[in-house]
Amino acid sequence: MISSENKKLTLWAMDFALKNGCQAARVTLYNSASNSFEIRDMKMDRLQQATENSLVIHLFVDGRFGSFSTNRLDKNELEKLIRNGIESTRFLAEDKARTLPDASLYYKGGQPDLKLFDKKIDTIQTDDKIALAKSVCNEMMGKDSRVISANSSYSDEMDSTYMIASNGFEGESSGSSFSISASISIKGDGDARPESYWYDSSLYYDTLIKEGIGKKALERVLRKLGQKKTNSGKSMMVVDNMNSSRLLSPVIDALYGSSIQQKNSFLLDKQDQKVFGEKMTLMDEPHLVETPGARYFDNEGVATKLMPVIEKGILKNYYINTYIANKMEIKQTISSPSVLTMDMSDNNMDALIASVDKGILVTGFNGGNCNSSTGDFSYGIEGFLIENGKQTQPVSEMNVTGNMITLWNNLIKVGNDPRSFSSWRIPSLLFDEVDFSGL
Amino acid sequence: MIGSLASPTIFGAPEITKALSDKSAITKAVGVTFAINHFGTSENDLKKVLATALEKGGDYADLFFEHTYQNNLGLQDGAVNRASSNIDYGMGVRVISGDQTGYAYVENLTLSEMLKAAHTAARIASGMGNKNPANLTEETITHNHYGVKTAWDDIAVNQKRPHLQKLNDQIFALDKRVHKVMAFMDDSTSHIFFCNSEGQMYYDYRPMISLAAVCIMQEGDKIENSFASRSFRMGGEFLTDEIIETIAKEAVDNTSLLFKAIKPKGGEMPVVMGAGGSGILLHEAIGHAFEADFNRKKTSIFSDKLHKKVCNEHINVVDDGTIHYNRGSVNIDDEGNEGQKTYLVKNGILESYMHDRISAKFYGVHPTGNGRRESFRQVPIPRMRATYMEAGNVTEEDIISTVKKGIYASHFTNGQVQIGAGDFTFFVKDGYLIEDGKLTQPIKDVNIIGNGPKALADITMVGNNYQMDNGTWTCGKDGQSCPVTCGMPSALVSKLTVGGES
Repeated sequence: MISSENKKLTLWAMDFALKNGCQAARVTLYNSASNSFEIRDMKMDRLQQATENSLVIHLFVDGRFGSFSTNRLDKNELEKLIRNGIESTRFLAEDKARTLPDASLYYKGGQPDLKLFDKKIDTIQTDDKIALAKSVCNEMMGKDSRVISANSSYSDEMDSTYMIASNGFEGESSGSSFSISASISIKGDGDARPESYWYDSSLYYDTLIKEGIGKKALERVLRKLGQKKTNSGKSMMVVDNMNSSRLLSPVIDALYGSSIQQKNSFLLDKQDQKVFGEKMTLMDEPHLVETPGARYFDNEGVATKLMPVIEKGILKNYYINTYIANKMEIKQTISSPSVLTMDMSDNNMDALIASVDKGILVTGFNGGNCNSSTGDFSYGIEGFLIENGKQTQPVSEMNVTGNMITLWNNLIKVGNDPRSFSSWRIPSLLFDEVDFSGL
Repeated sequence: MIGSLASPTIFGAPEITKALSDKSAITKAVGVTFAINHFGTSENDLKKVLATALEKGGDYADLFFEHTYQNNLGLQDGAVNRASSNIDYGMGVRVISGDQTGYAYVENLTLSEMLKAAHTAARIASGMGNKNPANLTEETITHNHYGVKTAWDDIAVNQKRPHLQKLNDQIFALDKRVHKVMAFMDDSTSHIFFCNSEGQMYYDYRPMISLAAVCIMQEGDKIENSFASRSFRMGGEFLTDEIIETIAKEAVDNTSLLFKAIKPKGGEMPVVMGAGGSGILLHEAIGHAFEADFNRKKTSIFSDKLHKKVCNEHINVVDDGTIHYNRGSVNIDDEGNEGQKTYLVKNGILESYMHDRISAKFYGVHPTGNGRRESFRQVPIPRMRATYMEAGNVTEEDIISTVKKGIYASHFTNGQVQIGAGDFTFFVKDGYLIEDGKLTQPIKDVNIIGNGPKALADITMVGNNYQMDNGTWTCGKDGQSCPVTCGMPSALVSKLTVGGES
C-alpha cells in the first residue's frame, strides 16, 4: 500500500523537477508484493516472494517530453535521474503536442470504492496457500495412468499506484488478485505428450474457485487425445470464452489513437461508420465494482466514463489520449480500455455449438499474427469438429485465415459466458464463413 | 507449456539516457572488486547471505546482482521527439534443494534486506543447515564475446539523434510511396555480479543495442507496413552509415513487396525456408523442445530421443553463446557456467539438450551455459542463445527447382510452439509462391503450422547459403523474455500446413 512516506517522496520528486528546469511534470509511484507457490507431482517445485517499488516521472521541458523511471528510490539517485532526464529531454526535437491533460478532464475524486482490494490478503497463512496448491495437484495425480506430469500453483499479489501531476491531479488506487492454476501433460499417440491447463483468478480470496481446477485441466487434456487435422475449407467457427479475446485484440489495437495518427490501422477514418455486423456491440464500462480493470482515471489521470466503442457494428469511439488529441486536433476520449463488455445473448457455448451443423470449435490459438494496416490475419488453432450440433473429432495443426473486418461482419451469435476474472469480458462467439487450412 | 519468439517492431520498455549510470565506474569495471563496490556490499556480507540461504539445508545457493540502465529514443513524424529511460537494480537469492527452487529478490541492497530474502528462499528446504558456503574466488572472463569500444553512457542523446534522423530521411528518399516512418534506438548496459555457495564469483558487463524502423507506405487507397531491425551486443561503434543504409533499404523493400502480394490458397504443401530468419523454424520446431527442463520432466515430445536419429544425417543444428557481438551471446550464463557452442543435432542425431544447473545434474552432464534469466527478478532456466543450422551443399536455386507447387518463406515476425504436442507455428510476413520450380507471385501474412519431429524429419535439402538473422528476436518462456538470434541456410521442408484462402 502507498505510505505517507511514498507520497512525500513523490511530491518531492515533482517539486525537484519543477525547480530544475521542467515546466510541467507527472510522477507515479508503484508498489507491489507477490507470493507464488508451484507444486509439481505433489512436491513443492518453486516458491517465490517479492516486493517491488518504482517511480516514473514524465518531464515536460521547453516543449519537449521525456519519460524516466527507476526502482532506486533514494533521493540522491532520484536527483541524478531527474537532472539527467531534463538534460536529455532538452536534446530532443520540440513537440508542442506533448502536454499534460487539461485539468478539467482529471478525475476529481469522491466516487464510491470500486472494491478492487481484499484486505484479507495479509491474513492468509503460507501453509494454507501451499495446501491449496497441493489440493489442486491432487485432483490430477494418479487419476489417469497416462499422466506424465501434474503442476499446480497458488499466487497472490497486491499492487498500489499513486499519481500526481503539476497542474493539479492527485489519484491513488490499489488492487489485489488471487490465482490458482493447473497444468498437466499426458502420454499421447507416439511421442506426443499433449498438455492442457485450467485456472481461476479473483480479486477476492473468498470468491476464488478452489475446487475442480485440477479436475478440469485433466478433462481438457484427455479430450485432446486423437487430435488430427481435417480438410481445408470454409465453415462456421465457435471460439470459446478463454480464447475469444484474441480475436478482439487486433480490433482494439486498430482503435488506438497512435495507430490512427500513424495511419497504421485498418479502422482509419471509420468513426460513425458501420464497419462490423449488427451483433457487434462493445462498451467500455470502467466503473463496474469488484471487476478487474475497473478504474476512475487512466494513466494520465483523465477521468474514465462509460463509453460506447462499437454499437451494432458502428464504430463510435477511438482511444484518444492527450498527445494524439493535441496532435490531430480531435476530441480526447481515454488513453486505453478499462472494462470491455459485449451485448450478450441468452446462449451459452453449448447452445452456440448446438446451432451449428458443420464447423469447428476453437479451444486454443497457436501463434499467428494480424496485419495492422489491412486487418488480414492468420492464426494456428486447435479444437474440435462440430457435426450436427455436437463436438466430435479433436483437431489440431490447422490455421484460420481471413480479414478482421470480414470476420466481425460474419459474427452471427454472441454467447453469455465471459470469464469474470478478465477485464475484457468477451463470451464465446459464433462466426460464419471462416477459412480453415488443414489437409 | 508454450514457448514463443517474436521480432518486435516497437520497443515498449522505458529506457535511459547518458549519465544515469556512474560513468567513471565503467572505466574501472575490471572485475569483482569493482562489482562489490558498485553494489555496496562486501565479501563478508555475501558469505553471510549465502550461509543464511543454506540455513534450512538447501544443497546450493546463488546471488545474482544486476544493475541495468536502458535508453530509448524514438522518432515519428520526421522528428526525434521522444526519450525514455529506466534503471533496474537489485539482487535475487536462489536456493536449490534437490530439484526444488526457492527464490526471493530485493531492490534495496542492505545486508538486512538481503538476509531477509535469503531466509525466504531458504524455506524451500525444511531441514537443518549443515553446509557452509565455500570461500569465494573470482573467476575472470577469459573469452569476452562482446567487448565495447564506446560505452553507451559516453554517448548523449544529441549524438544519437542524427542517426535516427538519417534513418528516417533515407527511408523517405528511397520510395515516394513512403507515408510514415517510426524509428527506434534502444541501448542498454548491464552490470552483472554473481556468486554462489560453491565459491564461484564473477562480474560480466553486458551491452546491447537495437535499431529498428517501421515503414508505412500508401499506394492509391492501399496502406501497408513492414519493418527492419538489427540488434547486437555492441557499444557505440554499432552506429555506422552502413547499418542505417541496410535497415532503410530492408524496411522499404519489405513494405514495397506487400502491395504486389496475395494470400495464397491454404493447405499442406512443400515450403522452402529462405536463408536467415528461417531459423525461427529451428527455434520453434525443435529448440524449445530441446530445453532440458522439459525433458527432465518428460513433458517434451523429444524426451525419449536423446542420442537417437531425428533427421537427415547431413543436418547439424547448433546453439551458440560464443558468437562475437551476437544478441544471444553470453560470456558466462546467469548461474556461473561459461558460454559455449553446443551441438544439439550432429549428423542427424540428437546430440545434447540445452541445460541449466538443475537439469545438468539430473542428466549427469556438464552444464551447457544455457541457464539464463530475464533479470534479477527471475530464476534461471534453460534458454536458447543463437540457434542455427550449419550449411549444406546445394544452392537455393536447386532447392526451389525441385518444388512444383509450394511456398517460399522469406521474412518472419513471430512463432510459437506447444512443447509436449510438438505443434509449432511461425508467421510469414512475406514470401513467394513456387510454381514449376520458380518463384512467381509474392505472398503475405500467412501462418504456417507443423509438428516438430515430423518437420525436422521432413527437411530434405539444405542450402550452402547459411545466414544469421541479427534482428531484434526476443524469446518468451515461463513469463521471462530473453534476447536470442536464429539462423539458417535455405532448406526444403517437404510438407507443412500453410494458412490461406480456400
